[in-house]
Amino acid sequence: MSALLDASGVTVCYGKIEAVRDVGLRVEPGQVVTVLGANGAGKTTLLSALMGVLPARGAVTFDGRPIGRLSIEARVGAGLGLIPERRELFSTMTVEDNLRLGAFRFGRRERGSLDGMFALFPRLKERRRQLAGTLSGGERQMLAMARALMGRPRLLMLDEPSLGLAPLIVAEVMRTVASLRDQGVSVLLVEQNARAALRVADYGYVLDGGAVVLEGPSRVLEADARVVETYLGVLAAETGAQEARAG
Amino acid sequence: MTGAPWISVALPLSRLAALATLPRRGGKVGAAVPSKTIRTRHSAPPEPTSRTPRPVDSTILLLLVQDGVVNGAIYALIALSLVLVFTVTRVILIPQGEFVAYGALTLAAFEAGHRPGTVGLLLALGAAAFVADLAAGRHTLDARSLGAIALRDLVLPAAIAGATLVVPEKPGLLVGILLTLAIVTPMGAYLHAVAYRPLEHASVLVLLVASVGCHLALTGLGLVFFGAEGSRTPPLSDAMIPAGPLVVSGQSLWMLALTAAIILGLWTFFGLTLIGKALMATAVNRLGARLMGIAPSMAGRLSFSVAAFIGALSGILVAPLTTIYYDTGFLIGLKGFVAAIIGGLASYPGAALAAVLVGIIEAFSSFHASAFKEVIVFMAIIPVLLWRSLRSHPVEDDE
Ligand SMILES: Nc1ncnc2c1ncn2[C@@H]1O[C@H](COP(=O)(O)OP(=O)(O)OP(=O)(O)O)[C@@H](O)[C@H]1O
Ligand SMILES: [Mg+2]
Repeated sequence: MSALLDASGVTVCYGKIEAVRDVGLRVEPGQVVTVLGANGAGKTTLLSALMGVLPARGAVTFDGRPIGRLSIEARVGAGLGLIPERRELFSTMTVEDNLRLGAFRFGRRERGSLDGMFALFPRLKERRRQLAGTLSGGERQMLAMARALMGRPRLLMLDEPSLGLAPLIVAEVMRTVASLRDQGVSVLLVEQNARAALRVADYGYVLDGGAVVLEGPSRVLEADARVVETYLGVLAAETGAQEARAG
Repeated sequence: MTGAPWISVALPLSRLAALATLPRRGGKVGAAVPSKTIRTRHSAPPEPTSRTPRPVDSTILLLLVQDGVVNGAIYALIALSLVLVFTVTRVILIPQGEFVAYGALTLAAFEAGHRPGTVGLLLALGAAAFVADLAAGRHTLDARSLGAIALRDLVLPAAIAGATLVVPEKPGLLVGILLTLAIVTPMGAYLHAVAYRPLEHASVLVLLVASVGCHLALTGLGLVFFGAEGSRTPPLSDAMIPAGPLVVSGQSLWMLALTAAIILGLWTFFGLTLIGKALMATAVNRLGARLMGIAPSMAGRLSFSVAAFIGALSGILVAPLTTIYYDTGFLIGLKGFVAAIIGGLASYPGAALAAVLVGIIEAFSSFHASAFKEVIVFMAIIPVLLWRSLRSHPVEDDE
């Protein structure tokens, strides 16, 4: 089976500083792949480069087709989707307008999926006339997710979808990610919450200083001493305890 | 030098005079036009008129307000299009005034029975936009997108040019207006493709410099195509409707009605259509919009076309009231700009209301001190800027 997304030798520079160095990464169809790394490791930079938000060197193919020179919009058209770290919602527009614009690439053909999205996120349905900028942090995350799903991407890249969410909602987000895989959507997941990410992912990469230092199936990573020490150590134990309390 | 300050759109006085000599039909410069209303462009700035204060009775007051509102309607149209273009593309569209002049002069050419020079300009701009679009899309061109670009940049202008050939010498006012709008509107899109799209990532300041360049270039082309003479067109309606102490002209009713229609149209466009919302989304969050597949080039092209359409329509509406020269549009555009600035270049209702205010200020200042009319109008911006800067809080850089 050929990879849906195949990136090799991806290098991104901010001026003279190489924030991402010679990264290779593959996502198979219907696979959830996670990218772990400390703050400043280059995860956001990597996703931005894959989406065309930042210029990058290296080769990127999507569904066998080179996309390295395509604009953001053209990559969206090809089936890539990104929920960026800062969400980039249309803050002065309503929840419903945000969602409709998520399906912009289908033009007016897209009618039914709004109801589907409200079924998935009932909270958004209650707030459909509210301005996106006035939503709570968690509601904003849901809207970002729902808006991206409206575009029916074949590969959805999520940059820290659980940022600032209560543990219960984190579990909800991870369930949504898993259900995406069941629908055949591939997911590239960047997470600080390594335990939750590895639990849902099939495969993982660990970034450090802009380079891949470790990769493997998530079961293997979960057991890897370095990962346990760095990402699943004290902090993760705390989160685990919190989750246990909340559950 | 362009946009000489003494070329004035001396509407209020012309209309005061019109009351005395009604009904009046517009024509070429020098036709039976009250001498005070139109200053020929090569005469020196006129002496200030009589210094003795004139008494203002309530009829004159009403009349001035009426004139102010009618002029304000035109400024409102221009201010709205400037706000649209600025919020979507960050471009301050100085060449908007040229679209006004092109609209007026193109219609005047049809009325006079010759083919307007803007037809050639449309074909040339279309060809230039074709090259620019090919260059911009060189990595992603396929047969379909190539066809779409050729249709938009080559076939469309050719079809419009063809239409100007098949209509009779003097096509009549309605057909002339439709053809004028068809000729000027796509120029907005082509101008964007040629001059602004390559600067998509440039700063507001660089875009402003590009705007000054476009303004100068289009003014020069206007001189080439239309010559230095001014033109007028007949009013859309000769009717004079008495209303209490006032006489309302059919022309001013047309102006108000069409302005209202445009405002309603814009409201519908942004409020109800997906593509209108996509433009708004681009204005609110450019990266967010791109991640939804909304291309800034598409948004820019569309907002520039809307601006050119509104500009041409404004030109068509003012052309019966004042003589339009190839560079008159600049001054009209500038007044729309004053209104847009008062609205903070962001608020549509704010800009529209400010435009009416600008129109009224202009009407009163041209009655009391007509030589200083423009000065007074443009000085109105100073207290607004002061007020804005006093009350403004540091804007967080959110995008
Ligand atoms: N615009 C920029 N200019 C210069 N340096 C930048 C820029 N954006 C990011 N960097 C640097 O590049 C490195 C990688 O940043 P990036 O945002 O990709 O990290 P990250 O892995 O997403 O971190 P986090 O987990 O905190 O979100 C950091 O050292 C950061 O300071
Ligand atoms: Mg990040």
